[in-house]
Amino acid sequence: MKRIRSRAALVASAMVLGVTAHAQHSTEHEHSHHDRAQHATEPVPLHHDHSQPGHTESHAVHGPNAAATTQSEREHVPPDPPTHELGDMSYEDMARMMSMDDTEPVASVVIDQLDWRGVGGANAFAWDAYAWYGTDYHKLWLKAEGERAGGVTRQARNELLWDRIFSRWWSVQAGARLDLASGPTRTWAAVGVQGLAPYFFDIEATAYIGDGGRTAARFAAKYDLLLAQRLVLQPELELNVYGKSDPANAIGSGFSSAELGLRLRYEIRREIAPYLGVLWSRRFGETADLARSTGEDASEVEWIAGLRLRW
Amino acid sequence: MRSLHTRRAPLPVSRRRFVQGLAGGALLIGAGRRASWGSGAREPSVLSGTDFHLTIDELPVNFTGADRIATVVNGQVPGPLLRIRQGDTVTIRVTNRLPARSSIHWHGLIVPADMDGVPGLSFPGIAPGETFTYRFKVNQSGTYWYHAHSRFQEQTGLYGPLVIDRPGGERHGFDREHVILLSDWTDQDPEHLFATLKRRSDSFNYGKRTLSDFLADVRRQGWEATAAERRMWGEMRMDPTDLADVSGAVYTYLMNGVTPTGNWTALFQRGERVRLRFINGSAMSIFDVRIPGLPLTVVAADGQDVEPVTVDEFRVGTAEVYDVIVQPHDDRAYTIFAQSMDRSGYARGTLAPRAGMEAEVPPLDPRPLLTLADMGHGTHGGGHAAGGQHAHSNEAQTDGAGQHVQAHSSSAARMEANGAIQHPATEYGPTVDMLVSQPSSRLDDPGVGLRNNGRRVLTYADLRTLGGPIDRRGAGREIELHLTGHMERFIWSFNGEKFSEAPPLRFTHGERLRIVLVNDSMMTHPIHLHGMWSEIESEDGAFQVRKHTITVRPAQRISYLVTADALGRWAYHCHLLYHMEAGMFREVIVSHDHGGNESHSGHGGHG
Repeated sequence: MKRIRSRAALVASAMVLGVTAHAQHSTEHEHSHHDRAQHATEPVPLHHDHSQPGHTESHAVHGPNAAATTQSEREHVPPDPPTHELGDMSYEDMARMMSMDDTEPVASVVIDQLDWRGVGGANAFAWDAYAWYGTDYHKLWLKAEGERAGGVTRQARNELLWDRIFSRWWSVQAGARLDLASGPTRTWAAVGVQGLAPYFFDIEATAYIGDGGRTAARFAAKYDLLLAQRLVLQPELELNVYGKSDPANAIGSGFSSAELGLRLRYEIRREIAPYLGVLWSRRFGETADLARSTGEDASEVEWIAGLRLRW
Repeated sequence: MRSLHTRRAPLPVSRRRFVQGLAGGALLIGAGRRASWGSGAREPSVLSGTDFHLTIDELPVNFTGADRIATVVNGQVPGPLLRIRQGDTVTIRVTNRLPARSSIHWHGLIVPADMDGVPGLSFPGIAPGETFTYRFKVNQSGTYWYHAHSRFQEQTGLYGPLVIDRPGGERHGFDREHVILLSDWTDQDPEHLFATLKRRSDSFNYGKRTLSDFLADVRRQGWEATAAERRMWGEMRMDPTDLADVSGAVYTYLMNGVTPTGNWTALFQRGERVRLRFINGSAMSIFDVRIPGLPLTVVAADGQDVEPVTVDEFRVGTAEVYDVIVQPHDDRAYTIFAQSMDRSGYARGTLAPRAGMEAEVPPLDPRPLLTLADMGHGTHGGGHAAGGQHAHSNEAQTDGAGQHVQAHSSSAARMEANGAIQHPATEYGPTVDMLVSQPSSRLDDPGVGLRNNGRRVLTYADLRTLGGPIDRRGAGREIELHLTGHMERFIWSFNGEKFSEAPPLRFTHGERLRIVLVNDSMMTHPIHLHGMWSEIESEDGAFQVRKHTITVRPAQRISYLVTADALGRWAYHCHLLYHMEAGMFREVIVSHDHGGNESHSGHGGHG
C-alpha cells in the first residue's frame, strides 16, 4: 500500500513540476581548475522510482559514464585561495578570538538540603551543601554538612577537595576535612570516589585519616525517583564508621551511625524545590551508648521540611 | 510496538504564553525603532544586488512577555533576506555595533577561506565599532543562510536567509516563493543556559519517564519485560528521553522571527506552485516539518537541486535547508507545522490565500523514546517499515543491529566479526560515555519519532542531487571520525577529543577523500564542513546527495566524499551550538603539503 502511494506521489510530483532536466545542459561553463574534466555530458535522470531495489545503479559514478564529466563537475568552482591569513597563535589566543573555549571553567553552588527538623519535637536545623569550580577534568569541591539543635552544633563536616575524573562515571577526590562541631575541632585528610553508579545512584565513598591516628569512612547514596516531572521522591542513605572513639564529639569507634532519609520535593523550577520528608537516624555500638548516656535516644525518627536551592 | 514507547507531552496552560509567544510575535520594542513586520503576513525585508551593508546591533525584543535584548542584523530578527545572483561578485560590508567581537559566516557558500567568517580561522573577527568587508564571487545557486560564528550571538538572533538565483531560471518551476526560517528563542542568557547544561545536562528535559510510566509499562508488557528494559538503560546510565539538550522548557520556536501565536503567514493563489525555502536557523533544535493537507515536493537540499520527491513530512536538522514546492488547490488556509524533535514545542505559520486566515494547528505528536534499536541494540525494525523503501543487503547480514558496549567490554567489541568497528584509543577515556561497535548506515530510516507515523517521511535515501557529484574520482583515502560525548558531563567531541585537545585535520589540496562519521553518542548531530561540499554516498557506494550539513543519528554510520579544492583553514563542527562550544569542533587545513597524516581510518585526529 505504501509502495503504491509512494510511486503515485513521485509520478504526481513529476507532473506537477514538469521538470526538464536535460535543458540544463545548455550551461556550458568550463573551469580550468578541473584538468580532469572531459567534454561529454552525463544525462541527468529526471527521477527514480525509489521503491525499486537496486535503483542506485543508474547513478553509479564509476559505471560506464565514468569517463564523462558530470554537470556538477562543470559547474562547481573551487574558491580562490585566501589572500589574508592569520599568523600562528596559541590556543588561548585563538580561543579568545573565536569566543569559543572548551577548557573554560564552570562554577556551581547547590544547597542540596536545608532541613528544618522541628516538626513535633526539638528545634533542629540541618544543612548539606556543596559548590564546585573547574574544568571538565579538574574541579575544586567544597562540601558542608551539619546539624544544629538547641543552640548547639551537633556536627559540622566541611571538606575542601580536588576532584579529577578518572573513568566514565567516577572521579577521585582528595583533600582536607574539618569538623567544627561543639566538641573539639578535628582535621582529617580525605580521599575518596564520587560518581554515578548503575541505575543512576549518586554515590560518595570517602576515607579519612585524622590527627592522633584517627580514621573514618563515610558512604552516601542518593536516588531520584520521579513521581512526576517536577515531583521527585529522593531516598538517601548515609553510613559512618570511625576507627577510634572520640567521646568529646559523641563518637564511638566502629560502625557509628546510619541515616536514612526520604524527601519528597516539588521542583517549582529546577533551581528552587521545597520538600517534605522523614529522617530515620540510628546510632550503633559505642556511639549509641554515648548518646544514651547524655539522655538521647540511639534511634530517632524526625519529620522534616526543607528547601533545595541551586545556582 | 512503537506506540508502547510514546507518550503525550502535555503543555501546561500556565506555560502556554511562554511556549507559544505573544500575538505580536517578533515585536521589536526599541523606542522609535519599533518594527511592525512581526505580525502576520509580512515577508522579511529583502536586500538584493551586489553591494550590501549589514549592521549588527543589539535591540530590545519581546517574544514571550518579557523584555530581552536580541542581537539583530539591520534591526531585525532574523536579519534581512540577501538576494544574490549567481555569477555576481558581491561586496558585503558588515558593521559591528555590539560591545563584543562579532562575525558573519555564509553557511553553505563556497568562498575563499578569508571570507568564510570564522574568527580565529578565517579572520580576526569584527571588533566593536569596526566594519569588515566581505567580497567574493558567487558561483552557486540555491537557498542558504548566514549566522554569527561568535560565541552565542547566533542564539540571540544573529541569523538570516540568503538566496542565490540561478541565471536563466530555476530548474524546478514555481509561481511564487517564500523563505521560511525556523529558529529557537530563549529569554535566558545563553551563557547561563550553557553553564546550566554543564552543571546538569538534563535540566531542560521535562519529558522523562516517571513512576506512572513504569507502572503503565508493567501493565502493558509485564513486569519482566519492563524491568529488563529499565535495567538496560540503568546499566548504561542513559536516558531514552534524551532527545534534545535544550527544549521548549526554555525555547520559544520561531518561524521567520514570529511566535506560534503571532502566526507568520505566507500567501498563495489557488493552483499556484509555491516554493517554500525552509532553513533551520536554530541554535539547538531539530524540527519535523509538515503542512497537513499538502504534499511537499522536495526539490532542493542544502541549496542543491535534487530529483523531486514528494513526501508528507521532513526532518530538518540544525543548519540544514530544504526547498519544497506545494500546490494548494483549495481556497483555504494550511498550517505550516514544525514541531521540535523532542515534541516540547513547535514553530507554526500559515499558508493562506488571504491574510488573517488560519487553519487547525495539529497537536504535538506523542513524545518518542529512543529504543534499544536506536542505540544499536537488538533487532532494528523501524526504518525498513517506513515509507515503503528498499531493504539493504548489508543491513540484512547484521540484522540492522549494532551492539552497544561499555568501555570495560571493549575487547569483546574489538573482536566482533562481521562489520565490527574499531574505536580510536582516545575514545576510551572518561569523557566518552558510549561506544557503538556495529553501527549501521540506514539512510532510509526516518529516525526516532517519525517511523511508522502514517506519513511519508523524507530520508537521505530519497535525496538525489541533480547533475552528479562535483568530482567523479573515488576517494584516495579515508578518514573515520567518531561523534562522541558524555551526556552527564556535557562534554562533546570527535574521537573523544575536544577541539582544544585535537590537532587539525589535514587535507592535501586537490585530493578526493572519504569521511566516515560514526555516531557513538545517543544524540543526533548535524555536522557541517566549511568551504567544501560533503557528497553522501549511498550504501552501495554511489553518489547520493550533496550537502553542507549532514545530520547523523545515534549509532549511525554515514560516509561522504569531499574534494579538498579549497585552500586554507576551515571549521568542521557539530552545528548544535552548545555542542560546538563544548568541544565538538575541529579545524581542517587544506594545503599543498603532502604530509598526509591520518592516512588510515579510525584515528582522524592523530597525525
